[in-house]
Amino acid sequence: MPSDQYNENYSYLTGGLAVRLSELAKGAAAVVEDVENTQLGDGIAKRLRDLGFVKGEPVRIVAFGPLGAEPVLVQVGYTRFALRRSEAARIRVVVEA
Amino acid sequence: MTAMRVALVGNPNCGKTALFNQLTGSRQKVANYAGVTVERKEGRITAPSGRVFTVLDLPGAYSFDAASPDEMITRDVCQGNHPGEPALDQIVCVADATNLRLHLRFVLEVRRLGRPMVLALNMMDAARKRGIAIDIEQLSQRLGIPVVETIAVQRGGAEALVRQLDGAIPHVAAVEADPAADLHAQVRQLLADTVVMPQRTAAIDEAIDRWALHPVWGLAMLAVVMFLIFQAVFSWAAPVQDGITWLFEMLGQNLGAVMPDGLLKGLLVDGIIAGLGGVIVFLPQILILFLFILVLEESGYLPRAAFLLDRTMFSVGLTGRSFIPLLSSYACAIPGIMATRSIQDPRDRLTTILVAPLTTCSARLPVYTLLIGAFIPRQSIAGVFNLQGMVLFALYVLGIVSVLAVAWVMKHLRRDKSEHALLMELPSYRVPNARDVAIGLVERAMIFLRRVGGIILTLTVLLWFLLNFPGAPVDATMPAIDYSFAGRIGHALQTIFAPIGFNWQICIALVPGLAAREVAVSSLATVYAISAGGDVATQQLGTIIGGQWSLATALSLLAWYVFAPQCLSTLAVIRRETNSWRNVAIAAGYLFALAYLASFLTYQITSWLT
Repeated sequence: MPSDQYNENYSYLTGGLAVRLSELAKGAAAVVEDVENTQLGDGIAKRLRDLGFVKGEPVRIVAFGPLGAEPVLVQVGYTRFALRRSEAARIRVVVEA
Repeated sequence: MTAMRVALVGNPNCGKTALFNQLTGSRQKVANYAGVTVERKEGRITAPSGRVFTVLDLPGAYSFDAASPDEMITRDVCQGNHPGEPALDQIVCVADATNLRLHLRFVLEVRRLGRPMVLALNMMDAARKRGIAIDIEQLSQRLGIPVVETIAVQRGGAEALVRQLDGAIPHVAAVEADPAADLHAQVRQLLADTVVMPQRTAAIDEAIDRWALHPVWGLAMLAVVMFLIFQAVFSWAAPVQDGITWLFEMLGQNLGAVMPDGLLKGLLVDGIIAGLGGVIVFLPQILILFLFILVLEESGYLPRAAFLLDRTMFSVGLTGRSFIPLLSSYACAIPGIMATRSIQDPRDRLTTILVAPLTTCSARLPVYTLLIGAFIPRQSIAGVFNLQGMVLFALYVLGIVSVLAVAWVMKHLRRDKSEHALLMELPSYRVPNARDVAIGLVERAMIFLRRVGGIILTLTVLLWFLLNFPGAPVDATMPAIDYSFAGRIGHALQTIFAPIGFNWQICIALVPGLAAREVAVSSLATVYAISAGGDVATQQLGTIIGGQWSLATALSLLAWYVFAPQCLSTLAVIRRETNSWRNVAIAAGYLFALAYLASFLTYQITSWLT
């Protein structure tokens, strides 16, 4: 869940809360803030950016897999991508307040 | 004049292969790129002016920052760095007109190469239907390259592209190749200036996915689809398979009747014709299986199935994408291993290939049927279940459990523990195009017949030689097979196989059974000196072994067939698909070890209990 701290850091600038894409509920819409590297030269993060997960891009959670809500189906632009939770956790998004 | 070399590149799911089929028809050559098992497709087109073009269908790529062997090939060929491919005269970049937000980024990446290129906006029919309006002239001007519209699935849908190729090679100005330049920002700007899109997705995708990806209904639907495939593979194929068996038997008999007795006749009738028949009999199953896979692939359902099963498969060290190859392996591991090409991560692909031989392929059924029929009493349990059926079911379950267990062990043995990516696109649903499915089917049938047929034919001839040479002496007291190389190998093997309860007859039958598992049944029949093939012989054989073998031996042989790499063709396909003898050795080694262990335990425990 978004904490107050996040709120202080981001809400005045963006009018929303910055959370990880993996924390969103089904049907939730948000805007990409950035993609974090989990290590140096993170190929998966680079690929996510190539696929269109870049700042300002609207995203929406379409569906979850049947077990453990994994994978996460995300709509970005006109495309739907299935991401594992660890992949979705790299993407920080701002939920419109 | 030499043909101009053109390559099609584009994102996965841009309809590139359909466009390639539209351009080249069935005049295609399918092979591999040198040194890797990435499919290389080439075709030719003759333009109205009479000029000839060689067209290469490059693997789909999201980016030149390659994440898979497929994408590396595309990058190297486009950049002119691939050692085995001559430079391209022109690049055709294909983009799905309904998904320009994603596809234009790659177009810009290709554009940076500064090579002669043309952009084909594909699926223009779908784009118009969704009310997407594209200012082609403006887009062409902004990109600095010619832009044409195509509809790959419609007759004549590629005419504009052919006309463009037939004209002068476009001069393409170099662009600043600042690697830090934000391609996404450029795409957004281009879209804002040249494209009007009324809605984000097709309503039909939303509607179907609500059911197809539902945690309950989605899984139920998948189960129904799987059941249909199984039903089709095993029941639709049966009459055709019987016909093929009959045809080859007739051919053998007729040829045998007109040819003089001798070695040549033996080689031709028992070796080549019987061997080819044994291979081709699997073709109907394989074609039906591939028909389903192609239709599911074309329709866009396959990635949905992978989506539903990814979590389960991932927890044992596989991926959702392993599902279809493993499902195919239930008919035959060979097409299953061939289908692993759709798995991008090389580690996931290798694991899938190595566990595929554990699935209960249809060639095991004759062996299972013979042994169960002879040794398991035909009694019902609790009035509902048939004991024989339950044993067969248990053998299938054992196959599934061992796939999961072995994959899990491999996951923990692997040295490279870096994260495996899923990052899988779920494309829009499409009605499969009959011509594209037909071309794909013919391609796969040819690969199966040419490669696998060749291997099996060679092995069959070799085994025929081992079984017939040297011939029995005049004063022979034992069956002729005892004096042959195969017989001697069988007797030699008995020392190794005695602890798991195999007698020398079984050991001999295991040798020809290496060509194909079900051959072991007819070999056992031969060893027990029963003439004639078919069901009658199988029944007689059942009576004989039922009287001569102990229950422990029979169960041990069943356990052996669950695991043993009793199929050299599978090993040959592993070699071809992984390009490595080491992987063949790993597969054969672990399968033999498991088979021996399972049979040893089964034999010793059953002997102790009975």
